[in-house]
Amino acid sequence: MITRRLLEAPDGRGWVFLTIVLGAAVLVPILHLVVPASSPFHISTSVMALWGKYLCYALLALSLDLVWGYCGILSLGHGAFFALGGYAMGMYLMRQIGTRGVYAHPILPDFMVFLNYKELPWFWYGFDWFAFALAMVFLVPGALAFVFGWFAFRSRVTGVYLSIITQALTYALMLGFFRNNFGFGGNNGLTDFKDILGFNIQSPQTRAVLFSLSAIALALGYLIARAVVQSKAGKVLIAIRDAESRTRFIGYRVENYKTFVFTLSACMAGLAGALYVPQVGIINPSEFTPANSIEMVIWVAVGGRGTLVGAALGAVLVNYAKSTFTTGLLAPYWLFALGALFVFVTIFLPKGIMGLLPQRAARSGADGAPATGRAAQPAE
Amino acid sequence: MPRWHERFVALFCALALLLAAGTSVSAQSYDEALAKFATDSYADTDAGITGVATSGNPLAAQVIEALQDGRLLFSADDKKVFIRDRSGAILDASTGKAAAAAPANLKPVRVNNRLRRSIEAALGGLTLLSPDPGKRYEAAQAVFKSKDPAALPALDTAIGRETDARVKRALQEARAAVILTMPDTKEPDKVAAIGVIRDRGDQDSRGLLAALPGNQTEGVQRVAAEAISAMDNRLAAWNVAQNLWYGLSLGSVLLLAAIGLAITFGVMGVINMAHGEMVMLGAYTTFVVQEIIRTSFPWLFDYSLAIAIPLAFLVAALVGMAIERGVIRFLYGRPLETLLATWGISLILQQAVRTSFGPTNREVGAPNFMSGAFQLGGLTITWNRLWIIVFAGLIFAALLAALRYTSLGLQMRAVTQNRRMASSMGIHTGRIDALTFALGSGIAGLAGVALSQIDNVSPNLGQSYIIDSFLVVVFGGVGNLWGTLVGALSLGVANKFLEPYAGAVLGKILLLVLVILFIQKRPRGLFALKGRAVEA
Repeated sequence: MITRRLLEAPDGRGWVFLTIVLGAAVLVPILHLVVPASSPFHISTSVMALWGKYLCYALLALSLDLVWGYCGILSLGHGAFFALGGYAMGMYLMRQIGTRGVYAHPILPDFMVFLNYKELPWFWYGFDWFAFALAMVFLVPGALAFVFGWFAFRSRVTGVYLSIITQALTYALMLGFFRNNFGFGGNNGLTDFKDILGFNIQSPQTRAVLFSLSAIALALGYLIARAVVQSKAGKVLIAIRDAESRTRFIGYRVENYKTFVFTLSACMAGLAGALYVPQVGIINPSEFTPANSIEMVIWVAVGGRGTLVGAALGAVLVNYAKSTFTTGLLAPYWLFALGALFVFVTIFLPKGIMGLLPQRAARSGADGAPATGRAAQPAE
Repeated sequence: MPRWHERFVALFCALALLLAAGTSVSAQSYDEALAKFATDSYADTDAGITGVATSGNPLAAQVIEALQDGRLLFSADDKKVFIRDRSGAILDASTGKAAAAAPANLKPVRVNNRLRRSIEAALGGLTLLSPDPGKRYEAAQAVFKSKDPAALPALDTAIGRETDARVKRALQEARAAVILTMPDTKEPDKVAAIGVIRDRGDQDSRGLLAALPGNQTEGVQRVAAEAISAMDNRLAAWNVAQNLWYGLSLGSVLLLAAIGLAITFGVMGVINMAHGEMVMLGAYTTFVVQEIIRTSFPWLFDYSLAIAIPLAFLVAALVGMAIERGVIRFLYGRPLETLLATWGISLILQQAVRTSFGPTNREVGAPNFMSGAFQLGGLTITWNRLWIIVFAGLIFAALLAALRYTSLGLQMRAVTQNRRMASSMGIHTGRIDALTFALGSGIAGLAGVALSQIDNVSPNLGQSYIIDSFLVVVFGGVGNLWGTLVGALSLGVANKFLEPYAGAVLGKILLLVLVILFIQKRPRGLFALKGRAVEA
């Protein structure tokens, strides 16, 4: 039943997207592992790691699009959920190092020995166990989003006010995680990972599996998000986005819908973070910086908000541009380009790249990109 | 005849010797002490310090200061001592005149930590009688800390002669400290000394009383305990005052940074994420003005801020107007998009400043009237902080007046309240938007001038204030300048009161959480606008 729901959800574009993502999940590991390095079709470790990272970003952008594109909640704190998921995974990976650290302490990770911890803080218990860590990847960001959303949406904090306090949220977390006595490694974060579930994290096979998992997670995330926005609840979400007060007056409990979609989105962001950390090999508090979270918003805006596929596309495009830009001669000009992108997209491309594609006439009114401009503002 | 002549010369010589003998006791001991510096042994140097200090020679202070700074040189060959003064000239230490021919192999007299203490004690004693009251005061403080019984005679003389009330009190406190720590003082003297020290009442004097040896008589112990508790109370009160002052200072900084935002965000409803960059532009304008003054018109340096203030306002206002006309104008009614576009602008501005001025901190100097500090009871108040508070207050008042009494202010308020109606009445709303935005940005530029005095001028300057400023505006209530004032001051004070208990970072986190909770409770801030306009 649920499977059927999920499989019915994608539209034509969605199937193209799913085919590409799942095709990559199968093909890229084969091209990396089986095809010899001399062949022009061989994919090197670095390229695969880079694209694995993009896939995580795409999942993150997807989660942000779910709240921003379909419910009008502009979260400037999604980096916090991403980083929390990443930290949960990082803690598991830290525990897997065991006695192979520099100090070879039987219980404590290196940074705790270094910072004079006497015993393991209570919140590190359980992270030896993968299933527990995996649960935390969803639970911690989800719980934070639920509590935050519960308070914020109930007291009807909306629009830019909400954006600013989500930004303050990630800022506060950043300050906290930068502290050494917070128990998460201070500004060095967690790194030096050795293995995951017994497999060496550096080996090509593990990396290939992680890449496939990221692609599969992205596909699943897309299917779930798509199923949500196609459902009846999804219609209510769009109604909330376009006219919150009216929806409330019709009799819907707006705050419940918002809290639900915000929490779901945070869980997806947490998963993206958890897949990101083993692939890049480090998680540190800079992931919490407010600037990071705003950058995520531009990925969605570039691809086209309220399109899901567009968000993923935007994340990959912007990050690909960033990698190319920041490694070459043009590095000092990357921020100019990024800044110009912000301005250009908001003024000239309010529907993003997806808005440039020919519109499907029949359904665009219901679930297409939100209409923009003064005329579209509800007269409340 | 020639014999008589010879006799005359002999007589003259004898007279000269006799005359010299009157002053020679001190001159001799001074020179003897001075010679000890040339032996290159720590023990002799120590003896030399005492000798020079007690010689009463007017050069003594100069010699010992030179020793402290490593400017006292000696020549091992002819046992002579020289001072290198601050301009680098070599003076003969025994005469204080420029040395005719300084020997080539001069070496500085070496000092170690023990000697440094003797030097400080000696300087304390010497400068107690200095003609400069500031120096006497410092000397008294030095004796208060060293509690050197040797300084007691000098203290008594100095107290007898002192005319300046502040210095006299410092001298008496120093004397009390010395008397209290001398083992053979009588009980009534000790009690009197405790009284003097109790009146001084700072952290040092509390430490002095708390560290009294345990073998005191009961009376002394009781008085000391009473004095300590009285001082604790007073110190606690000053501590509160100190926190208040720091909070006020932080609040005024927040006010400066947030007040421009209150105009653009509060009055116009425009989220300007590039607001922090306007502050940064103001700070860089100050830097550029000072650079030009430094290279071309050094005599203008004390006026550099006065010159920078209008320029910073203009620069930031022009950039702000360009942003409004170029970007924001197309995004009215779409606050979330405005937020993103202005964030993009802020990235561009930051990078532009980084490429033209470099990523490192730039140094902005403080004019004379803003450097230094003064004491107010138990508070140390720095002039720059005080001026910034005054500056913030002036800007706030000027802005209120501008909104209230100028025609631009009237039109601004009209457009804020009802754009279409204002437009029907003949107000060019587009022009007013641009001017309002320019005003808000210009004020951010002014904030930059002030912040350049207390913060690092770097491309990231604005970033560190933007979140705080938004919180201030949101906390205080949008669209209300008084709300911004109250919001800024209460956040500043709350921050400084939380800091001692929770640490700087945790205090900040706590405050963020508190503000977030507060916004949940009152989503429109402390001073919320009421009525239909709120939802529009």
